[in-house]
Amino acid sequence: MMSTVLSEPENRLHPAEDSPRIDLKDRHLAAFLGWLIPGSGHLYQGRYGKGVLIMVCVLGTYFFGLYLGQGKVVYASMRSKDRRLPYLCQVGVGLPALPALVQSYRVRHGKQPLWGGLMAPPNLDRSITAPDTSGNSIRHPDQLAKWHYDLNAYFELGTVYTMIAGLLNILAIYDAWAGPMLAVPNDTSPPGAPT
Amino acid sequence: MIDVLFSMGTPPLAIGRMWFSLPLLVAVSLVYSATRHERMGPILVHAVRFAAWIVGFMAIILVVLIVLAWLT
Repeated sequence: MMSTVLSEPENRLHPAEDSPRIDLKDRHLAAFLGWLIPGSGHLYQGRYGKGVLIMVCVLGTYFFGLYLGQGKVVYASMRSKDRRLPYLCQVGVGLPALPALVQSYRVRHGKQPLWGGLMAPPNLDRSITAPDTSGNSIRHPDQLAKWHYDLNAYFELGTVYTMIAGLLNILAIYDAWAGPMLAVPNDTSPPGAPT
Repeated sequence: MIDVLFSMGTPPLAIGRMWFSLPLLVAVSLVYSATRHERMGPILVHAVRFAAWIVGFMAIILVVLIVLAWLT
C-alpha cells in the first residue's frame, strides 16, 4: 500500500515553502516501525533528516530518564497496590520499553527477573531493612518505598523523562503515518472566486 | 518577593533541578516542530519559536507561584 502526501497546490495543508512530495510508502508499516524503534519509520520512508532527529531526541530523552532512575522507573505493573500508569506512556517508545513486559510476566509467574532486575516490577510483599548513608538502619515497607527513598526526586524525574519520550514518539508515529500536519492556511482562493 | 525563591542566600533545591527541564525543552520543541514541517530549516525555526513559547508559559506559571507564595 503506497501513500503520497501531495505538495502545493495539490494539497493546501502544505505550504509551498515546505512541501516536498513525500512518499509515505506503506504508511502502516512505517507507523509500526516508528513505534518499534523511534525514527525508524521515517528512515524507512527515506526521510532521513527527520528520522535521525526523532531517533536522537526520543531515545536520548528515554535513556537519560532511564539513567536518572537507575533503570527502575520503567516497569509494568497493574497490581492493586501499584498501578504503574506511567508505563502506558513509556511504552510509546516501543522496543526499549518492552523488556518491562517480559519482566512483569516472569515475576507474575514466580520466576526470577532477567538482566539483573532491569525494568522488573518492585517486590511489594515484604519489607526491606537497609542502612542509609549515615549507617543507620532504615526499614522500608516494600521495595518500591526503598526505590523512592534511594532515588529521591530522580525517581520522578526519570519517570517524567521516559513518559515524555513515549508521548513524543506518538507524535512522530502519526507523522510517519500521515505526513507532517500543518495548520490550514488562510483561504487562497483567487480574487472574485465565489465563496 | 524574590526572596521567596532565594531564601537564606542560596538558591533553593528546585532552582538547581530546573536545569533538568532544558533537555526536555529541546527534545519537545524539536520533535513537535518535526511533526509540523518536512525540511530541516523550517523545523529549526519552528523549534526555536516553540521553545520560546514554552519558556514564556513556564515563566508566567513561575510568577503566579511566586505571587501565591508571597501572599501566603
